[in-house]
Amino acid sequence: MPRLRNVWWLVALGALVLFPLIETNPTYTTIGVFTLIYMGCATSWNMFSGYSGYINLGSAVFYGVGAYTMTLLSDHLNFAGNGDQFWLIPVGGLAAMIVAVPVGLVALRVRRHTFVVITIAIFFVFQLSAINFSFTGGTAGLQLPLIPWLETNFNKPFYYAALAIVVFATLLSMAVRRSRFGLQLLAIRDDEDRAAGLGVKVFAVKLTGFTMSAFAVGMGGALYALFLGQIYPQFVFNPIFDISIALMSIFGGLGTLTGPLLGALVLESMQQYLAIRFSNGAYYLIVFGSLFLLIVLFMPQGIVVYLGEWRSRSKARRVEGALVVAGEAS
Amino acid sequence: MNGTAVLHSIIDGVLTGSVYALMATGLTLIFGVMNIINVAQGIFVILGAYLSYALSVHLGIDLFVGLAITIPTLFVVGIVVERAFLTRLKGPERVVMSILVTYAVSLVIEGVLNLVFSSNYVELHAWYVNRSVKVFGTYLPYIYLLGFAMAVVMLTALYVMLYRTRFGSSVRASLADQTSAALVGINVKRVSTICFGLGVAVTAAGGMIYGATNAFNAASSYDLISRLLVIIVLGGMGSLGGALVAGITMVTIEDLVGVVWGPVWSNLSFFLILVVVLSLRPQGLFGKQSVRVA
Repeated sequence: MPRLRNVWWLVALGALVLFPLIETNPTYTTIGVFTLIYMGCATSWNMFSGYSGYINLGSAVFYGVGAYTMTLLSDHLNFAGNGDQFWLIPVGGLAAMIVAVPVGLVALRVRRHTFVVITIAIFFVFQLSAINFSFTGGTAGLQLPLIPWLETNFNKPFYYAALAIVVFATLLSMAVRRSRFGLQLLAIRDDEDRAAGLGVKVFAVKLTGFTMSAFAVGMGGALYALFLGQIYPQFVFNPIFDISIALMSIFGGLGTLTGPLLGALVLESMQQYLAIRFSNGAYYLIVFGSLFLLIVLFMPQGIVVYLGEWRSRSKARRVEGALVVAGEAS
Repeated sequence: MNGTAVLHSIIDGVLTGSVYALMATGLTLIFGVMNIINVAQGIFVILGAYLSYALSVHLGIDLFVGLAITIPTLFVVGIVVERAFLTRLKGPERVVMSILVTYAVSLVIEGVLNLVFSSNYVELHAWYVNRSVKVFGTYLPYIYLLGFAMAVVMLTALYVMLYRTRFGSSVRASLADQTSAALVGINVKRVSTICFGLGVAVTAAGGMIYGATNAFNAASSYDLISRLLVIIVLGGMGSLGGALVAGITMVTIEDLVGVVWGPVWSNLSFFLILVVVLSLRPQGLFGKQSVRVA
């Protein structure tokens, strides 16, 4: 059984690797890049919020810090605009981790419900700072040195960089899930007081998880900045990002490994498609909001759990049927 | 910076803060009774403002008279949303799910408002919006005073209802402990629905004042909800008095910072105060120490 599972992971990875080689239309490969960025961010977000139950609605803080790190560093270190800037992506992730420590020190002191709200508040501190301070360029935003590649394969390097982030985030999330540390996070989700009573250093565990989850989100933000070539505070510190990441993970299955990947894959590609399909923002909001409502109301545990239950139910029915048949026969 | 400007900003802060306190009281009431964080409160405020706008522009109804229509309308909207979506939420992740559901509701409403009113900024107008009165050497628009008076009247009404009526006792019992409230024969479900309706209804009044003192569009709801959330967390989630005190203090401090250090810092100070207070007192100013449930 575990071997079959590994095969599926490889098939999925193979499909993602092949996608830009088969599909060369830049409209679709662009959707591909965004979808992968979201898949990586959602997986990383889930590694803390999904496992520990502390829903972080301020993950755009890490995303924005990554994006600004990329932009400011490539400007101040005089990157000429060749491919070298890709090396700044992990630096963006590190910057996000550094920011995550003080943020976590404040936000993680409170219990779950308040944590949600305080992460929103901290998010606004960052967004407003980005708008107010001068080194961020304010609302006018900042430009990155343009990368002079041919337009036909322009998306490919970004696509594979995003895929690398997804693979990294997935492997990390998998490793955490199997580790003692991951069990401690899950114990906090199930009953924080009892976990503390049993000797889990809850605050340290939460802070470590929170900081670790910042890394891939920061890298996602850095890649996003590099991909677009310009950033604005309201788009990198975006409340929609906060909520989308959470929604993707919940839609897929909060706290599961495949959930955020599937959730981001379905929702982000759909969101991008809807944005193209409904150029009027109002229709887009109505359609997206309604879908969102339906998902949360009818599949509150996520598609992975839903499909799993459906499969075990149908299996149980089969077994039950077999038993009835056996009973009748006797 | 001078004495008059400081005094002016304090008066301003108290007057507008009371309106924020009113909207935040609705939000904290909903959280306290139902354990639901209603992030749609921001868009409900804007919905209320747009309703007042439509009534005054198309039918020529005065803003305050229009409240007789907009408050009941939003009460009904609240009840419909609660019945249709929120009663379905169960289980341990209920609070988080409530945030997502109400966020989805607010996205849909935002889309509809953009469709009907476009995303251009509008403002509410009336004679008392554009005229001022001289108080302590500074000029105050009448609308600030009227808004303050209205907030005081509505908050008083709310408090009388909560502390002097039988229904109020049921609400307070549900605030304290839902299970025990149900055990002594309170219909917690009905109380919850009515509380949600009431919590939303106050946004009609708040929205009208907001629309008369700020240019707004549907996206203004993000700014509003973030402030309202900060206020209720700072006051202590579920604490009615906390929302009142925090609302007035926060807006006053924000106005003061704006005068002393410049408007660039006023928004930021709002969120920074929360961060500082919560690092010292994680349960908020008037919140109860979190107790273990189940």
